[in-house]
Amino acid sequence: MLMKSESRGLIAHGMGACAGCGLELAARIILDVLGENTVIVIPPGCAATFSGYGKETVTKIPGFQGNLENTAAYAAGIKAGFEVQGRDDITVLGLAGDGATVDIGLQSLSGALERGDKILYICYDNEAYMNTGIQGSGSTPLDAWTTTTPGGKSVYRKDMVGIVAAHKIPYTATASVGYVDDLRKKVEKAKAATAVGPAYLHLHIPCPTGWGSAPDKSIEIAKLAVQTLCWPLYEITDGVHYKLTVPVAKPKPVEEYLKLQKRFSGVKAEQLQDVQQGVDKEYARLLKRLG
Amino acid sequence: MKRVMLDGNGSASEALRLAKVKVIAVYPITPQSPISEKLADFVVQGKLDAKYIRVESEHSAMSCAIGAQLTGVRAGTATSSVGLALMHEVLGVAAGCRVPIVMPVVNRSLVSPWSLWCDHQDSMAERDGGWMQLYAENAQEVLDFILIAYRAAEDGRVQLPAMVCLDGFFLSHMSDAIYLPDQATVDSFLPPYVRQNFYLDPADPMFINDLTPSIEFTEMRYQQAVAFSQAETVLPEAFTEFKKVFGREYSMIEAYRCDDAEAVIVTLGSMSGTAKHTVDILRDQGKQVGMVKIVAFRPFPAGLLKAALANVATVGVIDRSASFGAQVGPVATEVRSALSGKPVQGFIAGLGGRDVSVSTFEKAFGRLLEQKTTDELVWLDVKDNALTLREVDSQC
Amino acid sequence: MQKQQNRPSTDCAKTKKVYYGPVATEFAATNTGIWRIVRPDVRLENCIFCGTCCKHCPTDVVTVEKDGANRGVHFDWAYCKGCGICANVCPKQCIEMLPEEGVCKL
Repeated sequence: MLMKSESRGLIAHGMGACAGCGLELAARIILDVLGENTVIVIPPGCAATFSGYGKETVTKIPGFQGNLENTAAYAAGIKAGFEVQGRDDITVLGLAGDGATVDIGLQSLSGALERGDKILYICYDNEAYMNTGIQGSGSTPLDAWTTTTPGGKSVYRKDMVGIVAAHKIPYTATASVGYVDDLRKKVEKAKAATAVGPAYLHLHIPCPTGWGSAPDKSIEIAKLAVQTLCWPLYEITDGVHYKLTVPVAKPKPVEEYLKLQKRFSGVKAEQLQDVQQGVDKEYARLLKRLG
Repeated sequence: MKRVMLDGNGSASEALRLAKVKVIAVYPITPQSPISEKLADFVVQGKLDAKYIRVESEHSAMSCAIGAQLTGVRAGTATSSVGLALMHEVLGVAAGCRVPIVMPVVNRSLVSPWSLWCDHQDSMAERDGGWMQLYAENAQEVLDFILIAYRAAEDGRVQLPAMVCLDGFFLSHMSDAIYLPDQATVDSFLPPYVRQNFYLDPADPMFINDLTPSIEFTEMRYQQAVAFSQAETVLPEAFTEFKKVFGREYSMIEAYRCDDAEAVIVTLGSMSGTAKHTVDILRDQGKQVGMVKIVAFRPFPAGLLKAALANVATVGVIDRSASFGAQVGPVATEVRSALSGKPVQGFIAGLGGRDVSVSTFEKAFGRLLEQKTTDELVWLDVKDNALTLREVDSQC
Repeated sequence: MQKQQNRPSTDCAKTKKVYYGPVATEFAATNTGIWRIVRPDVRLENCIFCGTCCKHCPTDVVTVEKDGANRGVHFDWAYCKGCGICANVCPKQCIEMLPEEGVCKL
């Protein structure tokens, strides 16, 4: 690769993610942990800003831009290709958004997980199809405004982590760019798990552009998601052993999280109680699964 | 050399085994399923050293194959009909990224209506996509064309993926006595895979298939067109080399008894055998007929066809697929274009598993010999009750 | 029609090779510094050199130097987008976002 620029890590410092993008921070951390001996598969979406344009790219590791729905399949094929050449040491990473995972990518991901393909799949969840202009996805939360749920989403999001856990893969975890040390540890664990099977991380990524939040508050909002129990941080081994990795001693009311985001400005005061109850119920379900 | 009883699917499977594919990603679909099974057997029995990815769809099959081949190994897959249609989006990735995958396609109609049986709608629907296409007449050709396709596809001057098409059931499930070459002979014809174009390797990073601006897109498409143009040289070279090693001779078209023919029919696939047989019957009756089989449909052998048919008064083409809204079928359209100016009669026959029989050919030759070439498409084997097929009592 | 050449051997480092199709082979950064409308300004006397700003900078352009001649919190102005996350996460709230002068100082 011709180096027309310098960078400390594996991603150029100047790249096209929005100011305050949670994914930009997360991607740097992920590649910092995984290192150079990694091949990345990126579908169209916000992460494609890392793929390149024309002859230039901002990513130092080898990569492939696939289609929207088959990141896991390309990753599985790439991993197999390396395995048959005795290069099992290479980490194959799929970095796909919520749309590309929870909706259109569900089939190919499920196939790879069922087969036990040794890929590391990270879903960066900014809770909508952001790159195409903020359309609703299966991971958009209840009541959120998107361009295709302009009245606020009327149904709950998919429990993607639950779906993945049902495949009983070695390692599954939620993560947040608001908790970078926890994220780092999980990327390490996920990488180690790919020695025996697939690993999956579901990563919460605040998006100032799509959420209508201030760019400087992306980390604060990510933390609030965890602190209000909207985005619990936990890991699952072999699909059955659940463990909270960032316990929340004093949960904050969900309103504190919602009020920083214009996409929830349509949530009326009367609805807040329902929203809070929904969050609490979901969290209680999770607690029941803890080992 | 020994001969073994193999059907088209068996031949295709053996060819992929002899080509030593290292990663297999295949999804079963009638009538290709025996290929998915045979390859699994080879791996488990230790006859083929490969990783078998039991993919969950054809879309993923082609995706896995591309991913694997980009790391520098031959990837094997095969499909048919709606499976090929499901792969459509990803076929474009193989073509545009110049990944020389060779894929047996067992020709079966597309839906709707639902059919399990043979016609060429599936591969014809992919004719513009940037894949080379070879059509086999018999099970021996299935095996041979796959090996030849690897040789041509992987050539540095080509680097294009290739489909080797075999008629569903008529070839895929028809057993024949096949010369099965040994590995050493195949190795002398087909060297180990060497990655040519870009690749995935942490030792030499690059980002493949990134967004391409308008100032470069046309040029990349042009590169593909140049490769097709070069394939018109490379394929014949591969045929020549194949003959040297294996003794069997092929070319991009096969003209049969055309030299003094008044009427010639152009065919594709297994119907070619029936065509030759019918030509012999009619010749015995004193009729001066011939046939031309197209082996390579992509790249289209326009020059060769023009030369073969230069002195033939009347030409007809039997398409085993429809091109709705067009004047005639896909092959007839291209033959017309190649013969620019000379009238070509377009025929359709053999859709959805209907046999293209001797009597169908006799009917077609009969029309041509009466020198009735029309602009209009002739549906050779359509039944009289076509429009009232589903006549029911209406509820009053 | 143009001719696609047979690929020459790549033994010699000076030999050129050609790839066909879409691939990015050059690592290059965009000058995102020009996006800025505000820029971080650190009140060094309150800074505890914890590195939290550095840890959360999405563009990874913050360098925290606790000792030596280069002591301070440094930003690569060629790339800082002015998002303000550093100011938001600073535990001592000693980073202020000031209006960018309009000239990107590289």
